Amino acid sequence: MPDISALKDLTTQVRRDILRMVHKVNSGHPGGSLGCAEFFVCLYNEVLETKDGFNMDGRDEDLFFLSNGHISPVYYSVLARAGYFPVEELNTFRLLDSRLQGHPTTHEGLPGVRIASGSLGQGMSVALGAASTKKLNGDSKLIYSLHGDGELQEGQNWEAIMYASGNNVDNIISTIDVNGQQIDGSTDKVLPLGDLSAKFKAFGWDVIEVEKGNDIEAILEGLADAKSKTGKGKPVCVLLQTVMGNGVDFMMHTHAWHGKAPNDEQLAEGLSQNPETLGDY
Amino acid sequence: MKTYINTGNKDTRSGFGAGLTELGKTNENVVALCADLTGSLKMDEFKSNHPERFFQVGIAEANMIGMAAGMTIGGKIPFTGTFANFSTGRVYDQIRQSVAYSGKNVKICASHAGITLGEDGATHQILEDIGLMKMLPGMTVINTCDYNQTKAATLAIAEHDGPVYLRFGRPKVANFTPEDQTFEIGKAVRLTEGTDVTIIATGHLVWEALEAAKALNIKGISAEVINIHTIKPLDSEAILKSVAKTGCVVTTEEHNYLGGLGESVARILSENRPTPQEFVATQDTFGESGTPAQLMEKYGLNSDAIVSASEKVLNRK
Repeated sequence: MPDISALKDLTTQVRRDILRMVHKVNSGHPGGSLGCAEFFVCLYNEVLETKDGFNMDGRDEDLFFLSNGHISPVYYSVLARAGYFPVEELNTFRLLDSRLQGHPTTHEGLPGVRIASGSLGQGMSVALGAASTKKLNGDSKLIYSLHGDGELQEGQNWEAIMYASGNNVDNIISTIDVNGQQIDGSTDKVLPLGDLSAKFKAFGWDVIEVEKGNDIEAILEGLADAKSKTGKGKPVCVLLQTVMGNGVDFMMHTHAWHGKAPNDEQLAEGLSQNPETLGDY
Repeated sequence: MKTYINTGNKDTRSGFGAGLTELGKTNENVVALCADLTGSLKMDEFKSNHPERFFQVGIAEANMIGMAAGMTIGGKIPFTGTFANFSTGRVYDQIRQSVAYSGKNVKICASHAGITLGEDGATHQILEDIGLMKMLPGMTVINTCDYNQTKAATLAIAEHDGPVYLRFGRPKVANFTPEDQTFEIGKAVRLTEGTDVTIIATGHLVWEALEAAKALNIKGISAEVINIHTIKPLDSEAILKSVAKTGCVVTTEEHNYLGGLGESVARILSENRPTPQEFVATQDTFGESGTPAQLMEKYGLNSDAIVSASEKVLNRK
């Protein structure tokens, strides 16, 4: 059984990492990062079946692809705290000569990252490619991916979504971070996404809805449910309803912190709401 | 002057198809993706020999490029196939981020390049693709001249670790390079030795350059023809060596003079040995409908144009 309390502690520490990283360089994307902290913590500590160390080819292990690369702070924090690289390296986020680029890349050789992302809408295609290679290699492990809800406005996603069901790519679990926000405002105001569940189902996917996307037990249950649906001829989608900025009260339920860093006072306030658990980097 | 024999017109895309078929038998990691143009790209045989390694993605080029990038993770060597227009401009950002920046071992195989796609017109022709692709860091750019060379290049790029853009065409053109050639990426091929003018050609214009050299020879002008099949990385040594002897250059390609082979050659010359150069290429224009031969003539992409450019550049020495 997963130690929920330990996962919660790690989540709190990850929130601190996120706030401190973006504050230090006065740039980056805290809102979506905070909203997905629980998801990443669950994924990397309870869900992904990975081998020790990092190998780009990732044979016989589960692989994860982040499509909405701007939430790199949460990705980097969770990768570092899972042992992919030293947590002290979080200090170099967005600095010159860093492996922790503004958006994740493979170019600088950061362990844990297998594709560059940031220009939106490309990750599902990449994930499908990796899933296809797993099948060719007789590799029964799974592909996981994460996408923003606003990102689904990019047409390439729907090419990929159509391909996946049309070709029975059933070793993929694509999670959509449904936080209802994007840079210019709510997704409803910018460009309504409509009924995402109905859309994925109409495209032939199995859909798991997780209404409490910031609740560790709900996430674990949803991902376990998703995993149980793999290998049955259909790709699997998890609609994860999250709160942007979760865990820092003044950042919650708004798009205002999509790509904005807290100032000194705001940082102090955010950190006070998330007391140190595992030790700051 | 060394002469070359056309062993019979063949399309370069069939050279690609033959190469891919051979790779299917010799390299189990080679996979192929196609965006609803299997017949046009001559990928049918690979598809029927290895259905499990052939991925029909439909009319969805962006997804095709992204999938190809992902397929490299786990050791596959993906060859994507569609027209040059849809292989480059339509999917530039996907190639840039998921393939080139991510350093993925994807082979982007582009048929119907240039103006000789013909009757379909400018929506399907592309005269900008070499420029687009050569600007991407880490991208190897190859434009082959005939069937045999295209087949050899297809085999060679599978052995090269890194992203490659392989450009070839639709019409049946002279097949004159050796059937059993070894294709060396980045290595120019000197086809004729000459002392008066260097003609640097790529793709379908290589045969036209040889025809031009014959015509110039009759006029008492000695032309050295160099086949540049690899535009990036460019064989600057071969170019500079030839130019040291001839002192003037004509570059020729089925591409816009902006961004193409000619500009790459001009950069090498300006950095090392400023030399008079004439560009036989399209002049910042879109194409139009017509037969390949009509279009090559109208847009000044044939041996006559190369002869005129050679005479002009000789006077600038």
